[in-house]
Parts: sequence; structure tokens; C-alpha cells
Amino acid sequence: MSTAPARTERDDVELATPDARTLASLLVGQERPRRPSALSASLTFGWRAMLKIKHVPEQLFDVTVFPIMMVLMFTYLFGGALAGSTEGYIQFLLPGILVMSVVMITMYTGVAVNTDIAKGVFDRFRTLPVWRPAPMVGYLLGDVVRYLLASAVMLVVGVVIGYRPEGGVLGVLAGVALLLVFSFAFSWIWTMFGLMLRTEKSVMGVSMMVIFPLTFLSNVFVDPRTMPGWLQAFVNNSPVTHLAAAVRELMAGHWPATDIAWSLGWSALFVVVFGAVTMRLYNRK
Amino acid sequence: MSAELAIETAGLVKAFGENRAVDGVDLAVPTGTVYGVLGPNGAGKTTVVRMLATLLRPDAGRARVFGHDVVKDADTVRSRVSLTGQYASVDEDLTGTENLVLLARLLGHSKPAARNRSAQLLEAFGLSGAAGRQVKNYSGGMRRRIDIAASILNTPDLLFLDEPTTGLDPRSRNQVWDIVRAVVAQGTTVMLTTQYLDEADHLASRIAVIDHGKVIAEGTKGELKASVGAGSVHLRLRDPAQRPEAERVLALALDATVQLDHDPVALTARVSGHGTEKGAAEQAAGVLAELARRGIHVDNFALGQPSLDEVFLALTDKKGVAA
Repeated sequence: MSTAPARTERDDVELATPDARTLASLLVGQERPRRPSALSASLTFGWRAMLKIKHVPEQLFDVTVFPIMMVLMFTYLFGGALAGSTEGYIQFLLPGILVMSVVMITMYTGVAVNTDIAKGVFDRFRTLPVWRPAPMVGYLLGDVVRYLLASAVMLVVGVVIGYRPEGGVLGVLAGVALLLVFSFAFSWIWTMFGLMLRTEKSVMGVSMMVIFPLTFLSNVFVDPRTMPGWLQAFVNNSPVTHLAAAVRELMAGHWPATDIAWSLGWSALFVVVFGAVTMRLYNRK
Repeated sequence: MSAELAIETAGLVKAFGENRAVDGVDLAVPTGTVYGVLGPNGAGKTTVVRMLATLLRPDAGRARVFGHDVVKDADTVRSRVSLTGQYASVDEDLTGTENLVLLARLLGHSKPAARNRSAQLLEAFGLSGAAGRQVKNYSGGMRRRIDIAASILNTPDLLFLDEPTTGLDPRSRNQVWDIVRAVVAQGTTVMLTTQYLDEADHLASRIAVIDHGKVIAEGTKGELKASVGAGSVHLRLRDPAQRPEAERVLALALDATVQLDHDPVALTARVSGHGTEKGAAEQAAGVLAELARRGIHVDNFALGQPSLDEVFLALTDKKGVAA
């Protein structure tokens, strides 16, 4: 006795035939809607980033496990030596390590852009009549959500192991907000590299070379006054130093106007310079 | 500049380093038809399409789509064309529905309208059952369908299909052909690139043959075929000793050069279709009858369309003669 092979759901769909009549009716008498605003298009691309997180939740590893590791590692590694106790050190370290980790995480943007280009979906986006920077802004908006998650995770771990921000909830929120603004702006460097370099590996390689000196050569771990003069000159003018100082002070309940201004100034510069280069590459690709 | 032309290019050039991928292409594509761009891998077909779809800037020459320059007026062009690329131009991580809703939103549809339109298209493309699955789990044929569905969320005036059936099984290929016919029947102009002669034959009304970045022939299907000949007869004999006699019969009856294959029982001849009222099939039938009369046993017989190789051979031959 012969039995028909078991049909799977997938076979059913594969064997389904497009219906030319229905299709024809869908093609006629259709009005083209007005093109969406720049904001709406950007938010829609941001929604795409959210959907990708929903489907590939593993990608949140770098904004959850990695930041926890950073907090624990550096607190217990340096705490005793640098501040006499881990409880004492974490008051100084946590805002800094928060800045460092989030700025480090931004580099995944470049990798994401680069892998997307290798797939055909990018061609589709580039032939859409939408505001040109929208796909890029969408990436970065999606990433801001990731940065927010990383910040929340680190703050919770910090509080558990003894961090007590004097600035209270408001101070902490202000610090995180400044960090997010900076990270959004800073990420344009990565969109540029993502579009410029050919492979995911080269994007990763270049990113590491930028990110390690930039984050470690700062005031995140120690007071710059302990460093040799030439290094102080670099560290004191690094955008990461200004940002870390601003976030630290905001969370401690102060108003570090100068460092906030420097951080926002650097942010504006990043958007203007690297945003422009990114869009040039995007249009010329 | 004529208003009836969907695409008009003049001296279009694109070089990648040393390689002139597109080397002076002139095209005039009338609206409302399927225009086939035929050529082997690396001929420059995709590069032409990418320039017309505003994805690449031409190095020289100009291209207009419905009278709009593809560089200066790129945004207007984008609002009237859609591209289904050689690689699936959808997001593999997202589901079928999410892909269509995302693109519909980007085209300016409201949320309910985007959902509605997506559901209708998935239904019409026979993809409703897979609407909630990630595209990376789709079969090749399903990917092509979702890809084309994405291209007609807003009915485009001009649709680029870049090798839409490469790598598909025959059933999926036929489905794509049906879709293309439905789309063009509603007034959309389609530019289709392909490496398959029969695909161009089935769908296109005019065909440009491209090789090494140049158009080597252009015309209606009939014109092209006439330049190539109607097809080829392939024979396999039972007895290799009879091959010389079979060769003479073929040469005489078809007035053509007969190719002797490496296989000692096989021979091939081109059916010219010239100088006679008879069609290719009739001529071939005459050959078979003659062979049978002479007692030559034929094991296998096939009448094939000219292959792309033969088209190229014929076209390059002709160019050689003209020069």
C-alpha cells in the first residue's frame, strides 16, 4: 500500500500559486501616498532595528553580559589598589566605566551597516524615495535603545555592589541622557567605516584601533594628574574624558557646565563631519 | 526627448578600475512593454540596471527614466521605479509581513493601510501561509515572490527585474513569469535581465543583447531570431558507420554546416529557416524522413531553440562580416 508523502506546512506554501487575477486587481487604481516625513522614515527604520532585536535576541549579549563583566572586573581588579576599597572606587569608577562600555558598544553599528550592505536589502532602501539619511538615522535610533539597556544593566549592577549616586534619580537620568546623545553622534564614525570598508572583519579591526586608545586614554580609571605630561595633554582634551567627567559630576548631583558643553560640542562636530562623510559614501556607493 | 520612452540612454559608461563594465550603451525602451536585456554573466546587465535604478552613478553618457535624468533628478526617478535585485532585496531576519509593512510605511502608507496592502499582496502571491515566518526560512521561489511583492507595494511605472529566475526550479520560474505578465498587463513597463534566451523569448517584446558592456544586437524577438536561425537539429545514430552519410543528408536538406560531435554517433546542424517557406519543424521532419528512406537508424532526435552560445556566435559572426 502506498502512502502519500507527508506534506509539511512549508510545502503547502511553496506549492501555493500566485493568483494573477487578484494580483491584477491590486495593481490598478492605486493612489500613491505622500512620501513620509524625515522623522517618520527614520522612526520606521528604527522600528526595523527593534524587529531585528526581537528576532535575534542574542545580539543583546554585548549590551548585557559585556557591561556587567566590565563593572565587576575593573571594580574588583583596581578597587583595592587605587582607592583603598572597592566601595570607595566604585563611586568614582561606575560613571566612567558606563561611558567607556557604551562608547565601546557603539562600534557594533559599523559592523551592522557593513553586513547589511552585503545583502540586497540595502539596494531596496537606496531606491526608495525617502529622506536619504533615514536608514542610517534608523540604525542609530535602534542602537540608542541598546545603549539605554546597557546603561540600565550597569547601573543596577553598580547599585547592587555599592554605588550610591548623590545626584539621585534625576542626576543619573541626566547623565545617561548626555551619554546617549554623545553615543548617537559618535556612531556616525562607525556608519562611515561600515560604508567605507569592504569586509566585516576590517570594520572590526579599524574600530578596535580607534576605540581602545580613545576609551582607555581617558580619566575613566584614574585621575589624569597621575599621568606624564604628554599623556595628560591628550587625555585632558579627549572627548571621552569630557564626557566621563560630565556624567560623573551629573550623577554626583553637580552641574558641570564646561564638560557638558564640551561633550555636546564634540557631539555636534561628529554629526557634522562624519554624518556628512557617511551620507556622501551612502549616495556614491 | 520622446515622452513614450520609459528608458532612454545615450553613451552610458561605467568602469570599475580597468574594467569597463558598461561601455557606451544606447537604449530606447518603450513604455508598457517587457524589455529583455540578454547576456552572459559579467556582460554588464546588472550594472546597466543599477545605474538606471539610481544605485550607481554613470561615469559618462546620460540616462533618463520617463524623461527624468537618473543623476540630477534621482528622487523623481526613485518615486516611479522599483528594483528586484539579483540577491533578495528584503530583510532576511524579518518575517514576510514585517518586510512588506516596513516598506509600505517607508512609501508613506499609514499603519492600517500598510498592514492591509501587505496582507493583500501576500495573499495574491500565495504567501499567506508563510507571512509570519522569517524570510531566511523561505525557499528560493518564495523569496523571489516576496521580493517582487515588495517591488509592487506601490504599483511602479517601471519595474527592474534583475535575473528574476536564476537558480529557480521550473515551477517557481513559471510562477515568476506569470507574475511578470500580470504586472505588465496592468501597464507597468518591465526591464528584465536574463541569461536565458527562452526567458527573454517568453516574456520580452524587444530584446537587447549585451556582451562586454556593449549592445551587440537589439530588436524585436522576430528580428533577433531571424539573424540567428530558427534552431538546431541534434541527432544520435545507432551506427557510427552511417554518420558520414547522415552528414551529407543533413547538409543537403538544411543547406547548413554540420557539426560532428566528439561522440561518434552524434551530429548537430543549424536550421536556417532561410530560402524556404517551411518552418524549422517542417524542415527537420523532412530530414528525418530522408534518413529513414536511406535506412539510417536514428536513436534520438531533438530540435532545439538556438542556445545563447549560438546567438552570440551568430551575432559576432555577423559583426565580423559587416566590419
